[in-house]
Amino acid sequence: MDHSKAAEIFNKDKARTKWHDETLWMVREKRDKAAHSVPDWEKLREAASNIKSHTLSNLDEYLKTFEDKAKKNGITVHWAADAHDHNEIVYSIIRSNNIQKIVKSKSMLTEECHMNEFMASKGIDVIDTDLGERIVQFRKEHPSHIVMPAIHLKREDVGETFHQHLGTEKGATDPQYLTEAARQHLRDKFIASELAITGVNFAIAETGGFVVCTNEGNADMGAHLASIHIACMGIEKIIPKMEHLGVFLRLLARSATGQPITTYSSHFHKPRPNQQMHIVIVDNGRSVQLGRPDFRNSLKCIRCAACFNTCPVYRRSGGHSYHNAVAGPIGSILAPNLNMRENADLPFASTLCGSCTNVCPVKIDLHDQLWKWRQVLMKEGYGSLSKKTGMKMMTTVLSNPGIYNFMGKLGRGVLRTIPWIAKSKMLNPWYKHREMPVARGSFKEWYVGRRGNR
Amino acid sequence: MKVALFIPCYVDQFYPQVGISTLELLERLGCEVEFPIKQTCCGQPMANAGFAASSKACDLNFKENFSGFDYIVCPSGSCVLHIKEHLQPASDPAVAKIRSNIYELTEFLTDVLKVENLTASFSHKVGLHISCHGQRGLHLSSMSELMLPSFSKPAKLLGMVKGLELATLTRKDECCGFGGTFCVTEEAVSVAMGQDRVDDHINKGVEYITGGDMSCLMHLEGILRRQKSNVKVVHIAEILNSRN
Repeated sequence: MDHSKAAEIFNKDKARTKWHDETLWMVREKRDKAAHSVPDWEKLREAASNIKSHTLSNLDEYLKTFEDKAKKNGITVHWAADAHDHNEIVYSIIRSNNIQKIVKSKSMLTEECHMNEFMASKGIDVIDTDLGERIVQFRKEHPSHIVMPAIHLKREDVGETFHQHLGTEKGATDPQYLTEAARQHLRDKFIASELAITGVNFAIAETGGFVVCTNEGNADMGAHLASIHIACMGIEKIIPKMEHLGVFLRLLARSATGQPITTYSSHFHKPRPNQQMHIVIVDNGRSVQLGRPDFRNSLKCIRCAACFNTCPVYRRSGGHSYHNAVAGPIGSILAPNLNMRENADLPFASTLCGSCTNVCPVKIDLHDQLWKWRQVLMKEGYGSLSKKTGMKMMTTVLSNPGIYNFMGKLGRGVLRTIPWIAKSKMLNPWYKHREMPVARGSFKEWYVGRRGNR
Repeated sequence: MKVALFIPCYVDQFYPQVGISTLELLERLGCEVEFPIKQTCCGQPMANAGFAASSKACDLNFKENFSGFDYIVCPSGSCVLHIKEHLQPASDPAVAKIRSNIYELTEFLTDVLKVENLTASFSHKVGLHISCHGQRGLHLSSMSELMLPSFSKPAKLLGMVKGLELATLTRKDECCGFGGTFCVTEEAVSVAMGQDRVDDHINKGVEYITGGDMSCLMHLEGILRRQKSNVKVVHIAEILNSRN
């Protein structure tokens, strides 16, 4: 289902849409407040953007340095060309160690690779330990937001889900009660776990270590209790030096939720005695994106989701309408790189208002890239025939003064004399919820008349 | 000062009074204004739909109409931004000239004519809808996302209008959801966004919603009229040119 259709369904429940919009707008306001508290916020964004641009321009070198250092630290490094490779690598580690019990903290990369489904097809159950992710996992849904995976759900929904899966009281909505139930449930999973999968927020080339940011501490719980830790990262997660980390940590949580910093910024450098530590470095289309000059800097993204929270379209259509692991404006510029045909709708799910570009902590020109993707997609033939024909006709009318004048007059005449043509809700989507403008004659005619009278 | 008046196609066709007000206002402020008669459209509707490459004929027609003036002024931030960023071929000196001397009306008044007072009078409570392309594209006002000093060229001008009371909105610069073809291709979200903007203004008790882009106002007007609201839309040029 394309974004527009999914958004139409989402908007059928007006009260819920309003609630979704207001909830996320509140997060945007928290972000504003947090950003205001940092003197030179704009300079910090500039610094982050420059570090990322530099890194992308030297990515091969930094990746090699990172691999070297990580290996020296005793970490096993794997390279995955695509999602399938990634899943197979993780699976082979699981199988060769004869593992049954697996916990995972939040990793959008594993979502992107559809790892849980892959493992399920092999009969392996992966327990998501991020509270929001566990909720959507119970419901057999996907995260609707990369930072707040269950933001589309109300506490009543969570209560019902926990009642079904955790045996909490029916009708319970108290957040503390529900969270406690999840906590006890997850505690058991952590203690029993043999293998922990985490994402990576930042991988530091200089040290060969990596940093995982969470608010729930679930990455630590998983990694510290299990005897195997697999960290999955996209190739763009590299930063050159430890001294750069502070720039990103200051920006990340403020942009994401308005917190000064995530509750946990967990640094991993080497395995504990008798622990295995693996890093899977995944390309999955990123090097192709790196080769597209107009779109390469989308790889600067640090997954804060500030662009989601500020996007007036995201807030009123929900994450699932973007049919991708990463939704919102950033998802809409990343997804066409992976599959143009399936994601041709996404760059059009925007008014190009530009708010995303302004909140982006690493200064990705999101709305310009949305515009540029539209051009690429139409050029590559992913527009419908009716759209192409319509645009051709429109260009003819709008570039030819004679036809333009005639059609304008005709159109206004039609609106005046047979208004039902425009007032068909089926033929004219505008008219479903909006009146047509009143035709009052054209400026050009007035101007010609005035000039004639002078 | 020879000024070419660029009137967006939909303003020409549906809102002639906006063109008239812009023309009269510029003339009263001492500009010699000409309306190149064969102008049509800037090509933005096609470009935003992904067909910039096939709107060459629009670009050519625009160039033919608007070359040779000191300034080009237009009562729409969106159309001006499109010309500034996308009029092709950019390597053509005539095109480069057009890109650099085209101005949105309010920025022309504040930055070029350096208007410090107006004789306009409009005794109503007014809400100012900030249109995104004028704001985030042309920087007509500061943006709520950026941690930079605040300013507003349109609000500064409205402050010179006798009797006008400007409302403070809850969401100062949220998009109205018009978005060109977005308003029909993403009808549901477009209307939801428009409804929320309209409600913000109505909740502040405004009689009029004004702004620099008639396209946004047309969208908001469509929603207001469907609901039989008493709140009206009025382009900022009409207020700045008002003499009642």
